[in-house]
Amino acid sequence: MSETQVVYYKRRNTELLLVLTASILGIGGWLLTHLNRDGSIPVSAWWMFVAWLAICVGAHLIVRWRIPYADPVILPSVLTLNGLGLSMIHRIDVGWDPPTDAVTMQLIWTILGVLLFAAVLIRLRDYRLLQGLSYVLFLIGMAFLLLPLVPGLASANNAANGSQIWIEVFGHSFQPAEIAKIVLTLAFASYLTENRDLLQLAGRQVLGFHLPRLRDLIPIGVMWGAALVVLVFENDLGTSLLFYGLFVMMLFVATSQIRWVVIGVGAFVIAAGVVGRAAPHVATRVSSWLDPFSDFERNYQIIAAQYGMAWGGLFGRGWGQGRPGLTPVASSDFISAAITEELGVAGLMAVLTIYLLMVSRSLRIGLTSTDVFGKLLACGFSFVFALQIFAIIGGVTRLLPLTGLTTPFMSQGGSSLVANWLIVAILLQVSHQARRPVSTLEASAPVEPIADDATAVIGRRGER
Amino acid sequence: MNRSIRGVAVVVLLMFLALMANITIGYMTRTDELINDPRNSRVRDEQFGAERGPILVGNTPIVSNVATDTRPYAYQRTYLDGPLYAPITGYYSYLYGRSKLEQQYNAELTGQADSQFTQRIFETLSGKQPSGGVIQTTIRPQVQQAAWEALGRRTGAVVALDYTTGEIIAWVSSPSYDPSELSALDFDATAQSWNSLVSNPANPMSDRATQEAYPPGSTFKMVVAAAALANGYAPDTMIDTPAQMQLPESTAVLPNQSNCGDTQKSLDEAFTLSCNTTFANVAMSLGEKKIADQAAAFGFGAGLGSDINSAASTYPSGLSSAQLAMSGIGQFDVAATPLQMAMVAGAIANDGVVMEPYVVSQVRTTNESVVSKHSPTKMSQAMDANNAKALQQMMGHVVTQGTGTAAQTQGLTIAGKTGTAETSAGGVSHSWFVGYSPENHVAITIFLADPQGAVAAGLTPHIMGAVG
Repeated sequence: MSETQVVYYKRRNTELLLVLTASILGIGGWLLTHLNRDGSIPVSAWWMFVAWLAICVGAHLIVRWRIPYADPVILPSVLTLNGLGLSMIHRIDVGWDPPTDAVTMQLIWTILGVLLFAAVLIRLRDYRLLQGLSYVLFLIGMAFLLLPLVPGLASANNAANGSQIWIEVFGHSFQPAEIAKIVLTLAFASYLTENRDLLQLAGRQVLGFHLPRLRDLIPIGVMWGAALVVLVFENDLGTSLLFYGLFVMMLFVATSQIRWVVIGVGAFVIAAGVVGRAAPHVATRVSSWLDPFSDFERNYQIIAAQYGMAWGGLFGRGWGQGRPGLTPVASSDFISAAITEELGVAGLMAVLTIYLLMVSRSLRIGLTSTDVFGKLLACGFSFVFALQIFAIIGGVTRLLPLTGLTTPFMSQGGSSLVANWLIVAILLQVSHQARRPVSTLEASAPVEPIADDATAVIGRRGER
Repeated sequence: MNRSIRGVAVVVLLMFLALMANITIGYMTRTDELINDPRNSRVRDEQFGAERGPILVGNTPIVSNVATDTRPYAYQRTYLDGPLYAPITGYYSYLYGRSKLEQQYNAELTGQADSQFTQRIFETLSGKQPSGGVIQTTIRPQVQQAAWEALGRRTGAVVALDYTTGEIIAWVSSPSYDPSELSALDFDATAQSWNSLVSNPANPMSDRATQEAYPPGSTFKMVVAAAALANGYAPDTMIDTPAQMQLPESTAVLPNQSNCGDTQKSLDEAFTLSCNTTFANVAMSLGEKKIADQAAAFGFGAGLGSDINSAASTYPSGLSSAQLAMSGIGQFDVAATPLQMAMVAGAIANDGVVMEPYVVSQVRTTNESVVSKHSPTKMSQAMDANNAKALQQMMGHVVTQGTGTAAQTQGLTIAGKTGTAETSAGGVSHSWFVGYSPENHVAITIFLADPQGAVAAGLTPHIMGAVG
C-alpha cells in the first residue's frame, strides 16, 4: 500500500470549460432580463457580460497558477451561483420605478471577494498554517456571533423578519455571523485536531454507555449556551442551528463517536422545547411558520413570497417577467423566492442541485484530505454551507421557521459574499494539498492511516 | 474519520432531499389556493393588464385596449364616447372592479369562457397569446347619439328597443360619467375620480334607464287599460269621470290634470286625454289583483334581460281603496324602470307579445368566427292580440289628438302615452313619454326626471327621426 501513490489529474481544462459555461449561465439572466423587458440588450449589459467573463476567467487563472490540483467543479458552481445572484439583483433593480442600483455594490463586493480569494491563494501556501490558537479564535468567533446583541449596533435590517442578526457599523449593515462561521470553523478544527484522542478515549463506562469526562463537556456546553442565547435573544433558529450543528457535526467527524451527536442533539431539542414554551416571541415565530395566513400583516413577507412562487409555477414567468419586487427584501433573504417566481420550481431545483454539487464536492475534499485538520476544515465548511442553504431555503419554502440567513453567493450582502469566497479559497487550498502528488509535498504532516478505514477514496486513475 | 464523513454526507443529502420534497409537495398542494387568493396582487394585476376583447357598437369599438408602457400592465382599457355608452359598458377599474357588460361578459372578454374553450386550445397549440372575445352590441349609434343630444343637460333616460326582437337600440342615462377615468393606470387619479363621482349629488354613475325605478305616472294607464280590455271593457265603454273625486276613506282629493269635463268619458277618450278620475274608477272596479297580474305579464316584478339585469319594476300589494285608485294612475308605490315602460309599449305594438330585451347580439373571436349568438326570445303573451290592437288605436289617438301631440314625427306614425308623475310633496314632476312607431317597430321611453320646462314627448321627433 505504501508503495502505491495516487496521482490525480489536474483537470484545469475541465474547470475552464465549466467556468465558461457557468459564467454564461449566470450572466445570461442579466441579458435575458433586458431582452424580455426591453426587447433588446443595451450596451451596458454587454459590458457587464465582458466584465463578468473576465472575473470568472481571472478566478480560474489564479487557481490554475497557484493550486492546479484543486477540485475542478467547486469554482464553476460558485461562479454560477454568484452570477445568478447578480443577475437576479439587477433584475429586481430594474423592476423598480425608477430603477435602483443595488447590483453595482454587489458587483464591487463580488470583485472584492474574488480578490480576497486570490490573495488567500497567493499568500497562504499551506492551510495548515491556520492551525493553532483555537481558544483565541473561539473567543473572537463567539464575540462576532453575539455582536448583534450589543446595544446600539443593531441594524434597521433586523425589522424585516423579526430576527436580530444584523449590525450596523459606519452606515453599513452586515451579518457578523458570516465572519463568525469562518473563525469558529477554524477554531473547532484546531481544537478537535489537538483533542480528538482525549475526547474519543477518556471517560467512564456507565450502563454500557460511554460517558465523556465532565471537562470534555465544557466546549459543547458553551456552544449549547451560545445557541440558546442566539435562539432567544437574536430570535433566529437558523443561526442558532448553524453554529451548534456545525460544532456537533465536527465533534462527530473528529471522534467518529455517535454519542456526541446523541448528547448534542438531545440537549438542543430539550432546551429548544423549553424555550419555545417560555419565550412568547419564539412561539409567534413558530405560528408564523405553520400558519402564516393567520396574521396577514405580520407575515406579509413570507406570504408575498408564496404568492410569487405560486405564480411562477413549474417553469417560472421568465427572466424579467415576474414581479419579485412585490416581496419585501426580495434580493437578500428571499432571492430564492425570486428565482422560483421567474425560473419556476424547476429553476429552484436546479439551483439546489448546484448547491448540492458544491457541498458534495467539498465533503469529498474532506474524504481525500490526508490530515485531520484538513478533513475537519473541509467537512466543517461544507456542512456550514449545507446547513445555511437548508435553513434559508427551508425557511422561504416553509419547511422550517423563517430565518434571516443569507443564501450563499446569491443574496445581496457584502459580508456574506466575501466570507463565502474566503471559505472557497481555503476549501480549494485543502483540495489542492490533498490531490497533488505526494512526492512534491514538503511538509511531513501526520497522515491518517487509511488501512482500517472502509470508506477511503482511492484514486481510480493515474495509479502507478 | 472517513466513515463519519460519509455519515455527514448522508445527512446533507437527506437535508437536500427534504428541501426538494417539500418544494414539490408545496407546489402540488398549495399553488391553486395561492393563485386564486384575491390578495395575490400578481394575479390581479396580470388580469387587469391582460389583453381584453373590444365591445362594438355597429363596427366601431367603443371599448378597446390600448397598449401601455406602464409596467406591469400591458394594456389600458379605454372608452370611446365614454359618457354616452357608460350605462351599457360599465367600467373596468383596478381599484373598484367591474360593472355592466365589463362584468357580465368578463369571461368572454378575457377569453376564458367555456364557449371559447376550443379557440383557447387552438391558440395555445399555435403558440399564440390567448385573445379575448369581441362583444357585439345591438345599439344603433345614431339613435344613441340622438337620444343623448335630446336629453341635453337634463337628468333623465332614454331606452329604445326593437319590439319584434327585443334588441336594445338606444340606452342613455344623463348625467353620465367617463369610465376611462376609472380604468386609468394612475390609481391615485382613479381614486380621486371615483370619490368625486360617488359624492356628486347628480349621481352620474346611476343608470336611470334600467337600474332605477320611478313612479310611471299616467304612462301606467297603458297597463290599467290593458287590464280593463282583458276584463270586459271596450274602448267605447263609458266610465264616470268627475272633475275631481274624493278618495274613499281618505281626505285627499284627486283632480283631473286635463280638460275631461265632469260627466262620463269612454275608455278611449279618457286614455287620449289622460283623465285621472276615469282610471281611478277603473282601477277600483278591477281590483288590485287584476292590475297586478297584467303588470306582471308585461314584466313587472322581475329583473329583465339576461345580459341587462335591470332592476325590477314594482306594483304594490295590500292596497287600500284610495291607494288602489292612486295606483291606477301610476302613483302611490308604483315604480317602473324606463326599460320596463318601453317593453309595455313594445308588447302592445307587438300584438301582446313581450320579447326578452337584450343588448349583446354576438360574441365573436378576433378572427370573426361567432362564439355565441343571441336569438330573439319570447318572454310572454301579455295581451290578447285583439285587445292589443284596440289599445294600439287608443295610443294612436294620444299622439294625433290627445296629450301627446308633441310626439308627432314627420314621416312616421307615432303612438304612445304621456305621463307626469309627482315624486314627493314639493318635488319636481317627472315627465314621461312611452310610445312606438309601427313603421320601424321601435318602442321608446323618454324619461325626464328634471324636465326643466320641457315635456318628454317633445323629444320624440329628434330621436325617432334618427331611427328612420
